[in-house]
Amino acid sequence: MKLTLKVWRQKNNNSKGQFESYQVEASEHMSFLEMLDVLNEDLISNKKDPVAFEHDCREGICGACSMVINGQPHGPMKGTTTCQLHMRSFNDGDTIYIEPFRAQAFPVLKDLMVNRDAFDRIIQAGGYISVNTGGTPDGNAIPVEKDQSTLAMDAAECIGCGACVAACPNASAMLFTSAKVSHLALLPQGEVERQKRVLGMMKQHDEEGFGRCSNVTACEAECPKEISITNIARLNREYLSASIGSEKMA
Amino acid sequence: MKLDGKVPPGNLAEKWVKYKSSMPLVAPNNKRRIEVIVVGTGLAGASAAATMGELGYKVKCFSFHDSPRRAHSIAAQGGINAAKNYQNDGDSIYRLFYDTIKGGDYRSRESNVHRLSEVSVNIIDQAVAQGVPFAREYGGTLSNRSFGGVQVKRTFYARGQTGQQLLLGAYQALERQISLGTVEMFNRHEMLDLVTIDGKARGIIARNMLTGELERHAAHCVILATGGYGNVFYLSTNAMGSNVTAGWRVVKKGALMANPCYTQIHPTCIPVSGEYQSKLTLMSESLRNDGRVWVPAKKEDAVAIREGRKKGVDIAEADRDYYLERRYPAFGNLVPRDVASRAAKVECDKGHGIVATGHGVYLDFADAIQRYGSSAAHSLGLHNPNKAKITELGEAAVKERYGNLFAMYEKITGEDPYKNPMKIYPAVHYTMGGIWVDYNLETNIPGLFALGECNFSDHGANRLGASALMQGLADGYFVIPYTVGTFLSNEIRTPKFDPDAKEFKDAENDVRDRLQGLMDIKGNQSVESFHRRLGKIMWEYCGMSRNAEGLTKAMKMIRELREEFYKDVFIPGTRDELNPELEKAARVADFLEMGELMCKDALDRNESCGGHFREEYRTPEGEAKRDDENYTYVAAWEWTDTNQDPILHKEDLVFENVELKTRSYK
Repeated sequence: MKLTLKVWRQKNNNSKGQFESYQVEASEHMSFLEMLDVLNEDLISNKKDPVAFEHDCREGICGACSMVINGQPHGPMKGTTTCQLHMRSFNDGDTIYIEPFRAQAFPVLKDLMVNRDAFDRIIQAGGYISVNTGGTPDGNAIPVEKDQSTLAMDAAECIGCGACVAACPNASAMLFTSAKVSHLALLPQGEVERQKRVLGMMKQHDEEGFGRCSNVTACEAECPKEISITNIARLNREYLSASIGSEKMA
Repeated sequence: MKLDGKVPPGNLAEKWVKYKSSMPLVAPNNKRRIEVIVVGTGLAGASAAATMGELGYKVKCFSFHDSPRRAHSIAAQGGINAAKNYQNDGDSIYRLFYDTIKGGDYRSRESNVHRLSEVSVNIIDQAVAQGVPFAREYGGTLSNRSFGGVQVKRTFYARGQTGQQLLLGAYQALERQISLGTVEMFNRHEMLDLVTIDGKARGIIARNMLTGELERHAAHCVILATGGYGNVFYLSTNAMGSNVTAGWRVVKKGALMANPCYTQIHPTCIPVSGEYQSKLTLMSESLRNDGRVWVPAKKEDAVAIREGRKKGVDIAEADRDYYLERRYPAFGNLVPRDVASRAAKVECDKGHGIVATGHGVYLDFADAIQRYGSSAAHSLGLHNPNKAKITELGEAAVKERYGNLFAMYEKITGEDPYKNPMKIYPAVHYTMGGIWVDYNLETNIPGLFALGECNFSDHGANRLGASALMQGLADGYFVIPYTVGTFLSNEIRTPKFDPDAKEFKDAENDVRDRLQGLMDIKGNQSVESFHRRLGKIMWEYCGMSRNAEGLTKAMKMIRELREEFYKDVFIPGTRDELNPELEKAARVADFLEMGELMCKDALDRNESCGGHFREEYRTPEGEAKRDDENYTYVAAWEWTDTNQDPILHKEDLVFENVELKTRSYK
């Protein structure tokens, strides 16, 4: 299949970017990233600068890939990361627009690569349970109700890619934040730091320049792990009750 | 060089407990002054960095990813073993130890493996306390499943994402230490050399991958947790970035590479579909519980399928060869990974492969669908259900068990595995070999430690399923925080090292020259093209089966390829900027040496054991034939100079507790 690519090229964060056009010959069995590999091999053989994009595991779990394809983070296929998207989702002769995740808190590093350090800082602000190594009780000493555990796992499946931010008109990271808040709030182990956690993480979320949720639900629609927006509802409840109930509210 | 494994004295079951309580310690006031470098943030690195930070050491942690959470441990699917005996089915620390030693084909150190089994139980407790959402029973207790042919249920799991959840647990512990200031994190930094002072590891040279700047980082000791070298084969289930560079750089500084020829080929991966392919995807071992592996018994049928004239479902039952069930009636489709992989290769080499390339076999769920369907119809009280109804019920039952894997298969191949048998073929998955370490996980360079997949220590010649996660976390949470004291307790008076010292500047200049040298080649071929060619040589001659002639030829071919690489590789851009092609080039340069050493080791080991199968050494039935008399040792290689032969050092393996037996799955 013959494709026309309109790829966002940007040297670094200080320079202006623009779309550039490329022609590429692909097979329908290729993954989207393998199609970009073909483009890059072609650019390199012509001594040109290849397109920089993040990728690693190429099996949909590391969360590295970060591109918007024809206006959708991770492209047209539901519940799929870019690396698992295959060219059979496109047609011969298609023109495909490829750009980086766009958000104020995700500055572009080069071409399709963005800086997502803000996510680590949100986790640093409380996205954990404060236990040191050793001295923990036997695994079965903490029974967890099965359905509750299932809900916690649903939230914990978040891969931290940032598609939710890229999809949101407010560039909100509340789906990401709520996934971690929910995962830990739903488990008895997370109970002790429940209030402190949600306050700390949301404070950091706002400081990073992410917007607040206004129920557009684009994040849920584009999430490659189909993390539910009900987690944001839970985050809001947790936040509200912590804000009212806590004396530590700044 | 005399290799001392530093195995403590005493009974196997008491070694670690006694040793741990008599080990030299570093007092809290001294820990604050001691700096530790951890390279890598997978399960081993993240757990080590977090734990060392909690203990009060000043930790600097490095990752080439944009976040510690992206390390490739994240992709592990199946589970983690632990000798909890929660199922009351007769499991014990000794049984896990024994299974691991036997599974490794008697080529690992008894003491290390026993310690691994002992601390396995602590890992589960730790992970649960961190909030890892393991699968649960209705009563709220932890759930287990069986794995990899062992006879007990000891595998803990979180759906098909056990590695992800365990890594996020370690990552969160690490991020907590970063927020507390005990760990300083360097994302997007790649270690490109080790710095030694007076023979001890005292720091690293790292490249800031965003700016290209080389940085000198000093510490009292250096801990590597940099993963395996499976990507030497180009195509593997490893992530694209997984590489041997940190490990290979320390080998070039005098560390030893042990058993490099021990690589694990996983039997159930999605076959290669074309030249453009960049990586291979694993289909979990659990599928072999219900899937039956077969190829057409008649060659003409295989040819017809390859040419698209027939489909798997068109082949009559009598014309199918369920070769695992035929050859291994006792274990059938559930033979260990190395055995299943080799058997697939044998059938494809005979011309019975079922994909266009010739390299593929079927993994068929049709029987399982009928079996589950009949059973479901029975429990619904349906009398005389028709075939369509049974199939419908059966597909639902299979979906419940393996739905996520079937969906992933369909995403990648575009075929419906409920209607057509899956096409699979073995692929490189894990490397048992790695940097030689003693019982303290210290290399032969004092102050340099190696954890997780990057060391050689626990899996012998073949790793059992669900044991990689166990080893990574055992090393990071429960071994290195203790054993590092054996080195650091003698360093409490050692002042901080100056990164402006001559040794650091020299190492930095070496790295700069090496990178500039690569940039200056300005040839005509891409880095990727060299990597692909290396992978083909390795897969052809040092893959699932090897022979002396092929290995000798491969070494020559690799040397020639290396020469060509240094003459004709082309790297766009410059050294002083974000340059993924330069990063790859430096890694491929190291693979081009590592690959040769793997062939050398495979040629030198004149026996077949675990993942290392030498065609000359097999039983009349074609099974692997070990030579315990001559090869019960660890082959630890010293790489002196690229133009000279590496030097072999042997560490004899002593078995005091288990009897060496031939593995049989007939």
